[in-house]
Amino acid sequence: MKRIALAVAAAATMALGSIGTAHAQAKEQFFPILSYRVGPYGANGQSLFGGMIDYLQYVNMKGGVNGVMMTWEECETEYNNAKGVECYERLKGKAGANSAPVFPLSTGISYALIDKSAADKIPLAMVGYGRTDAVDGSVFPFAFTMVGTYQMQATAIVKYLKDQNKGSLAGKKIAYMYHDSAYGKEPIVALEAEARVNKFELVQIPVAHPGNEQGAQWLKVRQERPDYVIFWGWGVMNQTALKAAQKVGFPREKMIGSWWAGSEEDTVPAGEAAKGYMSATWNVAGKDVPLVADIEKVVYGAGKGNLSDKSKLGSILYNRGVSYGILAVEAIRKAQDKYGKGKTMTGEQIAWALENLDLNDARLKALGATGLLPPIKTSCEDHEGSGKVKLQQWDGSKWVVKTDWIDGNRQLVHPLFKASAAQFAKDKGITPRDCKKAM
Amino acid sequence: MQFFFEALIGGLLSGVMYSLVALGFVLIYKASGVFNFAQGAMVYFAALTVVGLMGHGMPLPVAIVLAFGAMVLLGLATERFVLRKLVGQPPISLFMATIGLAFFIEGLAPMLWGDAVRPIELGIQDEPIPWLLERFDIVVSRFDLVASGIAAVLVAVLAIFFQKTRIGRALRAVADDHQAALSIGIPLERIWAIVWAVAGFVALVAGLLWGSRNGVQFALTFTALKALPVLVLGGFDSVAGAIVGGLIIGASEKLAEIYLPPLMQAGFGGNFGGIEGWFPYVLALLFLLVRPEGLFGEKHIDRV
Amino acid sequence: MLYREAGQFKTSFAEDMQIFPIRQDRIAIGLLLAFAFLGVPLFASEYWFSAILIPFLIFALAALGLNILTGYCGQLSLGTAAFMAVGAYAAYNFQLRVEGIPILVSFLLAGFTAAAVGVLFGLPSLRIKGFYLAVATLAAQFFIVWVLTKFPWLSNNSSSGVISAQKIQILGFSFDTPVSKYLLVLGIVVVMALAAKNLARSGTGRAWMAVRDMDVAAQVIGIPLMHTKLTAFAVSSFYCGVAGALYAFCYLGSVEPDGFNLDLSFRILFMVIIGGVGSVLGSFLGAAFILLLPIFLDSTLQPAAQAIGLPFSNATVSHIQFMVFGALIMFFLIVEPHGLTRLWQITKEKLRLWPFPH
Repeated sequence: MKRIALAVAAAATMALGSIGTAHAQAKEQFFPILSYRVGPYGANGQSLFGGMIDYLQYVNMKGGVNGVMMTWEECETEYNNAKGVECYERLKGKAGANSAPVFPLSTGISYALIDKSAADKIPLAMVGYGRTDAVDGSVFPFAFTMVGTYQMQATAIVKYLKDQNKGSLAGKKIAYMYHDSAYGKEPIVALEAEARVNKFELVQIPVAHPGNEQGAQWLKVRQERPDYVIFWGWGVMNQTALKAAQKVGFPREKMIGSWWAGSEEDTVPAGEAAKGYMSATWNVAGKDVPLVADIEKVVYGAGKGNLSDKSKLGSILYNRGVSYGILAVEAIRKAQDKYGKGKTMTGEQIAWALENLDLNDARLKALGATGLLPPIKTSCEDHEGSGKVKLQQWDGSKWVVKTDWIDGNRQLVHPLFKASAAQFAKDKGITPRDCKKAM
Repeated sequence: MQFFFEALIGGLLSGVMYSLVALGFVLIYKASGVFNFAQGAMVYFAALTVVGLMGHGMPLPVAIVLAFGAMVLLGLATERFVLRKLVGQPPISLFMATIGLAFFIEGLAPMLWGDAVRPIELGIQDEPIPWLLERFDIVVSRFDLVASGIAAVLVAVLAIFFQKTRIGRALRAVADDHQAALSIGIPLERIWAIVWAVAGFVALVAGLLWGSRNGVQFALTFTALKALPVLVLGGFDSVAGAIVGGLIIGASEKLAEIYLPPLMQAGFGGNFGGIEGWFPYVLALLFLLVRPEGLFGEKHIDRV
Repeated sequence: MLYREAGQFKTSFAEDMQIFPIRQDRIAIGLLLAFAFLGVPLFASEYWFSAILIPFLIFALAALGLNILTGYCGQLSLGTAAFMAVGAYAAYNFQLRVEGIPILVSFLLAGFTAAAVGVLFGLPSLRIKGFYLAVATLAAQFFIVWVLTKFPWLSNNSSSGVISAQKIQILGFSFDTPVSKYLLVLGIVVVMALAAKNLARSGTGRAWMAVRDMDVAAQVIGIPLMHTKLTAFAVSSFYCGVAGALYAFCYLGSVEPDGFNLDLSFRILFMVIIGGVGSVLGSFLGAAFILLLPIFLDSTLQPAAQAIGLPFSNATVSHIQFMVFGALIMFFLIVEPHGLTRLWQITKEKLRLWPFPH
């Protein structure tokens, strides 16, 4: 028995030696995919990464980007920071200089990769999560907090509530219930500022991780009797909150979740309790988006789909994954327009493209993705490029979009990013780029 | 005052839910001195098996019976392939082995049944009882009441089982001293297998109740974290302790979460909510300082 | 034949008591260190530095810290990650708030801060034992992380609670490449590991072991329990604190309190138990095992599944990984309950006698 153990150890050492060698080839663009398909958030990961990979597959089946094929390799992070870093380093070795953007889909891993990706010149795409002050491209040339930040989202929700109340929230009481981590804490500054401007009372109710027991928090809601609850949950916290809201009789119509608390994975397990619940989102659900329908036909028709559970097709998170794919592939296309069609792009070239992305209505229409995600136009000063959300409501069986795109409060939020990024630059001894010269 | 009572009742009722998970720990610790880290994973496995079977079109009662069978099998396999080979090893090795077991189950369960978050409908609505709400303006969930009823029955059955049956007496003998029990002819292996099966049953009940409340998903394994302070407070080897500990932890945790942060806020400024994560542990810790073996734990006497 | 002590006579007590009494061991350690300092930087790729070697050394240091407490003094702790967090946040704050403080001094002070916190949470150990204590240390785990989340001053008022470690500069040389960070970490870890080895065979270490084996007996022969247990907590937390500072400064760069969660504490506990309780070498072996095994499984299972043509989805492979990881832990415990270090000792015994059977 002991000999077996030793042999296993020896074999392990040998196999490890082979990790981390580059295999960059011509006419291919390599995607390092840091995915999570097990652990507490594995169910979410299945749909998110499934959607992204299906889109890459779809692009390949349509002939790639000017003939350049998308390739990818997955590495399981288990949503764990240390494993995420290991995966990044391993796949980085395989990508060489020609890496497509990395989507870690975890705020913790994103933070750990900020410095590394800048040093390696690999674009780090944090779409709807991650370090929010990376909106300021002068300090973060390789980090892209795209489409929306938590702060913009929170202010957009406030704006929606304001519209619901004939333009004034004065005297109202809004509870902000959040996952007590970086994710939940980011919007607080913005919400506090909004509370001052709009004269509503803000009650903060943190929920300790993992949030599988929220009796006290909802009793507090019962005690305070707020007009609305803005809800920033993730994972098991979401289903628990919906059930607990039902228990204390808080109307779900007045409970508005963030875009990580508004997917089928959150509402279906809560059953009846979820009916009427609202949430923000930057991508819509459904298979009626032409692109998603086409993916089903082309990719799944050929039996090359990534999802093992096909019923997830067209779900919020799946469509979000597709949107990630669109952003990455469009950046590669844009980079090829500038640096040479049909060539493999370097991380630096793709970073340039991500910074000069212009995904307007016409382009979205051409992709068949009208309405799937908001139009996005990024620049060196603004890596976010949109900051718009839609509000949707769960009708008991599906998400129904209730509003058009709502803008966040840019005047309020973006100066906060600017200040925070400047502080980061000072701490790290980074000299910010001059955005006027960066073209 | 009426709000205080509401918080208190809510807390006591969620405490029962913690007790359910804690019971599984107690059973195994009592019989084998093993701190079974895999209890949380067993809760997950049991609940997932039920929804998995229901996904294949089985009605709920059948699925529950089959899931119980699966838990018994799991218990037998654990005893046969892991515990039996570790007899006489220090407790920490056994503890570590159960951690390995936890990983194994956490991989096995979703591989067999898929890892989507799924609902489980027991047919009991998690809604306030209208009568209490109208009369006293107090929210008491029907679901919670049913859950505590189930827990009460479970504890009563277990207590009788331990005190009155032959197997129960053998169990207690094994818990006192493995070697001595063996030498008077108590079959250690069989006893352990039975205990693991019973613990599996408790995990199944806990999994059904927690799962119907939060959705059946990986996070069910975290329920173990809620059970640990209960165990410490009640004593690792006391069924009664698990229940009383659960009630104390549940109630004090809710009251603390509601009444402490405003006080701290007045003292330091800032927002101090979210203390539920650590409060039960600190409470248990303070309690241990007074009574190191827990509320109902057996007093440990050191011999040199 | 090579590994034979015959002919090595010890002529003084000091020689008998030295750290590595066998000459071959001294040579081997010397060669190993030379290889680690000089050889590795020549061969290893960036992946190895950033993803394997640096975390390996840091985890080994944390495991060593826990091993001092659990392995030598017999006090089970599940709060390791929290003490690492204290170290990380303390180092950050010293760098931030004390003008011109050398980074190594910050690390040292971070260790002392963690030690102070460790002693505080070690106090209950005077009354509580065994698994009760383990659960009590969970109080430290959750409470410390909560404090770091709740007091914005500690993270310099960052809205998210995340801190970004400052640049590392020693005597004008900046450690920003993976190789230089590796060498820095290696230097610190080697010094601290040797110190631990020394400490373990000093009076303090012997007192720890006496308390571990039977605290009542230890007390009877005149070992002050309180002092002994608390020094173990202090030294252990010091090691964890320094490991935490290195974790933030040399490994991840940016850390959030939630990163130092219970999972991390458990990982380090696994390292100690798999590696070998009460052994400095075991901490290193355990860290290597726990760190490398998942990577190994990750990089072999998928290709293996493809090679055999099994239609495994990525999710299934990940699940199998979990199962194999769990199964291997159980397997190792059954085969060798005393950890990898015991395997090493057996090998050593065999080597000593080789080529003779007895």
